[in-house]
Amino acid sequence: MKFVVCVKQVPDTTEVEVNKETGTIIREGVPSILNPFDEFALNVALKVKEKVDAHIVALSMGPPQAEQALKKCLAIGADEAILLSDRAFAGSDTWVTSLVLARAVRKIGDADIIFCGQQAIDGDTAQVGPEMAQHLGLPQVTYMEEVEEVGKSNVICRKETDEGYVRIKCKLPALLACLATSDFEPRIPNIRDIFRAKKKPLHQWNMGDIGGGLEEYGLEGSATQVIKSYAPSERGDCVMVDEPPEAAVKKILEFLSDQGVIG
Amino acid sequence: MIVVDGDKCTGCGVCVKACSFDALELVEKLAVFDDGKCTYCGVCISACPTDAIDMERKPQTADVSAYKGIWVFAEQNGGKLKNVVFELLGKGKEIAEELGEELCAVLVGNKVEYLPKVLASYGADKVYMIDGEVFENYSTDGYKSAISMLITKHKPNILLFGATHVGRDLAPTVAAHLGLGLTADCTGLSIVEDKYLLQTRPAFGGNLMADILTPDTRPQMATVRPNVMKRPEPEEGRECKLVKEDFQINPRNIRTEILEVITGGVEGEKPVEEADIIISGGRGVGAPENFDMLKAVARSLKGTIGCSRPVVELGWMPKSRQVGQSGKTVSPTLYMACGISGAIQHRVGIRNSDIIIAINKDREAPIFELANLGVIGDIFKILPLLASELEKKSE
Repeated sequence: MKFVVCVKQVPDTTEVEVNKETGTIIREGVPSILNPFDEFALNVALKVKEKVDAHIVALSMGPPQAEQALKKCLAIGADEAILLSDRAFAGSDTWVTSLVLARAVRKIGDADIIFCGQQAIDGDTAQVGPEMAQHLGLPQVTYMEEVEEVGKSNVICRKETDEGYVRIKCKLPALLACLATSDFEPRIPNIRDIFRAKKKPLHQWNMGDIGGGLEEYGLEGSATQVIKSYAPSERGDCVMVDEPPEAAVKKILEFLSDQGVIG
Repeated sequence: MIVVDGDKCTGCGVCVKACSFDALELVEKLAVFDDGKCTYCGVCISACPTDAIDMERKPQTADVSAYKGIWVFAEQNGGKLKNVVFELLGKGKEIAEELGEELCAVLVGNKVEYLPKVLASYGADKVYMIDGEVFENYSTDGYKSAISMLITKHKPNILLFGATHVGRDLAPTVAAHLGLGLTADCTGLSIVEDKYLLQTRPAFGGNLMADILTPDTRPQMATVRPNVMKRPEPEEGRECKLVKEDFQINPRNIRTEILEVITGGVEGEKPVEEADIIISGGRGVGAPENFDMLKAVARSLKGTIGCSRPVVELGWMPKSRQVGQSGKTVSPTLYMACGISGAIQHRVGIRNSDIIIAINKDREAPIFELANLGVIGDIFKILPLLASELEKKSE
């Protein structure tokens, strides 16, 4: 089988701070990481590979330095990696991003399962996966937590829902958008893995490789436009209590009573 | 534009049978389309056994003025409407009045004929309904086809979905299928320049807010976080126009099948997103069994237990209890944060609470930036005392 795992290099948003005056992200000193949802997706693909013979291609769209994320994928266990990098792709919204990735998947050819993270921690849109599935005409399972069984023409997965879980069967080829489970432990590549990864192919593709015209990509091709960004406002009217427990509890009770929460 | 790959098409006719609109016929053993009849529902694409049918998708530049009406996707599960639907109808009404357009609900399901009057009482002027056995359970293929067909036929100006698991599966699928812009997880919506929907959403884990427009594609589509918009008061007996659309899909053309449904959550407790009082714990609680202290407080206040992300990652609480950017957004009357430092990702999820009380040892904890009452102290001393005082009061 052939699996394509789509990954994104993201700033570690737990380390991000905003310049409140300019309303922009302070990027200096913020580490770039492999999006955790995507790392989980790769892990799911690797687990399936333990049971069926498979070739795993890691695919990423991003600036040249996103190569680092792909190198990590190769060290963790992907067999091949492709970086889609072109100035023409800059400023793409989810629709265009999914189009670029879908065209690359078509060029790779014969993918049985496309794995991606449910969302990226910087954008949090959760749109690129489902939009890619549409561009490719494939069925999808979003909020996918576990692949239970892979057959010739079907896959059975466990999917999170608003009410709990479902076990769902999906025809292949398909796209699975993976939601990291709480017990997920990332594989830590050792020195040998990293050394081996250096021998695996890492390709660079640009717009010419996937086809299409300039007007389809980047800002020009995007249907949505970000017109402004700014730091969120805080409430900032906190009454502080710094007293021994008995007195603090009394203050809490008074407050609850004042607010009408208790009688 | 639907395209048929002549090399792959075997002339089997499966697509002709799958199409509800007679938009396909076989001409000399090749599927041929009538673009005038096609509603772009996409059933033929999933039905084709040789993957010969595709749709040319380009972000459309629509004749903007031809698109009218504010639509809300009336998500239901087992015939019960999701709370977010009422919140969207409330916001949708404001937008509809500002633009002088109709507020419409879009209802897809099985035996849901009793729901239009509920939607009307919450402000819908019109309900588009597709009712059929094949729509009993949500499926991406089935619902995408139904919604795409309705959009193509009736041309709405704005379409809103709740950012639920279903909404976040369906909306991008429809958007990509029809070549439409979509903004995810909005926390604010307004109209600018008398016509554009300004969509506000958090990004970078809540560190940044972004304002987004969809200038050229229609409908303007957004998913909206539950518990952010205010739910309106229903007006009993209010009437609406009902438009029933006869649209059927052969179940064979739905490429997924639900084998088993497992409902989760802590028994006997309200889900956090619906709770009025939430007692929430963070890493500072120290161990899963220490949540008993929080539960004692919750019992006296008839509250529900919530938690922050680290607690879920440590395996102390199920994911369904998680509040924040990657968990649930909540809007309770009271949110009590115990031993939660208050990373921005958590604060994003609780901003709509009426009152926030934070208890933390660290006076620098960012949670205090958002709290109304901030208690610097040890939860192991304060919570048991608070629980017993509350119990005394309720006796």
